[in-house]
Amino acid sequence: MKYKVLHTVKLCPSHLEVDGNRIAEAGGETSFLTDLYRRLGLDYPKFFKMDILSKVGFLASEFLLEQEGGERFVPRDDRAVLLFNRYSSMHADQTFQETIAHPEDFYPKPSVFVYTLPNIVTGEIAIRNKYHGESNFILLPEYSEQAMDQAIERAFLAPGTSSLLTGWLEALSEKEFEASCSLITVH
Amino acid sequence: MIVRKIGENIISPLGFSVAENFAAVMDGRSALQHYDHLWGLPFPCFVSLLPDDILDKAFTQEVDQACLPKKPCTRFEKITLLSATKALQSTSLDPSSPRVMFILSSTKGNVSLLADAHPDIERVTPVHTAQLLARYFGNPNMPIVVSNACISGLCAQIEAYRCLQSGQFDAAVVVGADVLSPFIVSGFQSLKALSDEQCHPFSSVRKGLNLGEAAATVVYAVGDDNAEGWQMLAGAMANDANHISGPSRTGEGSYRALMSVLQSAALTVEDLACLNVHGTSTLYNDEMEAVAIHRAGLAGVPVNALKGYYGHTLGAAGILETLLTMHAVEQGVVPATRGYEENGVTMTLSLSSSSVKISKTAFVKLLSGFGGCNAAAAFTNDACRR
Repeated sequence: MKYKVLHTVKLCPSHLEVDGNRIAEAGGETSFLTDLYRRLGLDYPKFFKMDILSKVGFLASEFLLEQEGGERFVPRDDRAVLLFNRYSSMHADQTFQETIAHPEDFYPKPSVFVYTLPNIVTGEIAIRNKYHGESNFILLPEYSEQAMDQAIERAFLAPGTSSLLTGWLEALSEKEFEASCSLITVH
Repeated sequence: MIVRKIGENIISPLGFSVAENFAAVMDGRSALQHYDHLWGLPFPCFVSLLPDDILDKAFTQEVDQACLPKKPCTRFEKITLLSATKALQSTSLDPSSPRVMFILSSTKGNVSLLADAHPDIERVTPVHTAQLLARYFGNPNMPIVVSNACISGLCAQIEAYRCLQSGQFDAAVVVGADVLSPFIVSGFQSLKALSDEQCHPFSSVRKGLNLGEAAATVVYAVGDDNAEGWQMLAGAMANDANHISGPSRTGEGSYRALMSVLQSAALTVEDLACLNVHGTSTLYNDEMEAVAIHRAGLAGVPVNALKGYYGHTLGAAGILETLLTMHAVEQGVVPATRGYEENGVTMTLSLSSSSVKISKTAFVKLLSGFGGCNAAAAFTNDACRR
């Protein structure tokens, strides 16, 4: 399928690339993800409630959309959010499991449980940007351009979808994450 | 292009085929029951569980153990393999063909393995089970898992529909499954979403949902115009863009999904035999659905929900509820909404605590889930129409 890549973002624990240019390096005392949030100059306190998967996906989407420019936060349904990974919401799952593992210290937290679904990050991006289009999360046995391209082709079959915020998004811990996302449109 | 159902199965505490399950629903049966301290949990709950001995017996009989890895299968793996096996038995489809795609719908897969002292992280992931499934049937393609919260079962069918529409594949085996565990039950409990009594969809007395275990499989294939049977007409998803764990007050995503699917399928309110909804019995979900249905102009269509028989079967729900509604429409009936009492939503729907006779042949299935996601799909039965 022919589609046009508008912008790309690669985010990993060591650095951030936007459209192929390295624009930020990890370092310093604070968390790289928090550094990037500050760099964007956002006032979006919900960010600090998110799990790692959502934080990484949210930041990747913000850098993509900052690059895209134009008017934002206007309700629209022509843009879908479609993300992929292998390990689902594993980090949130492990965190929640800790809260129920010991009968003497049984305290399941709803704020953790809600992130034990991989698609929550698609919801976070939809909420932030008022996207009413499709949102979906697909798990693949491995990073596969072919499988992702096929899913992207299918996503564009939705009658109202003209662009996608899509890509691979894995976050196993604060130190192990990878976002390789792009904004694409039908060519 | 026509996307036709060529195979089906439901594995639940009410039976191991769609026919058995449909008969149970028409008899008003349910396996939902009260537990004071299920698995030692410090709160009561009301859930529907599949007994191990019954599952193990069927699994050993139906699934070729020689084709499985040496390590014993988990309950989640068993229920998934069993449902797919039984669904494929009734078809002539060769599941090992490269033109066949396997799609698994699950929210939590083998998450209960995280409680092990040294969890096998690879096996916890639902993709591990999807690969087990595809390999069992000798299928060479990379399977996918749709994990889109409670709408996964409909999203997986929409993916299947588009796999066929795009020509990527000629057939898709769509399996939805989830099993319950302390993880899932205590999570929903922490959200105050559970009722410790029978759930009451859309009723004034409703106070939460019940959870249930099931697996369901639907097999879709490219069909020719003259064949009889069920076809999927369209599917749509939309996001509320409102809240990650609460539905939109205006039913935004569900409304948009409904409108999109009616337009794509070229259906009007007059064409619909019924609308099978999510109807979890939480305060907010049922209210939201009622608003969305009214906004979409579907208030006059008979509505029903099946959670009172099965509880919320998570990744299986979209497939299980679609299959049962197909059988119901074939029989000219909308099954009773079990547990429905005095209306408790602000905009009244055409719900009933007893079954209702119908004569039309198309229906819409609606679901919504965490992450603000919503999905709707439309189906029709040619055989009835003639």
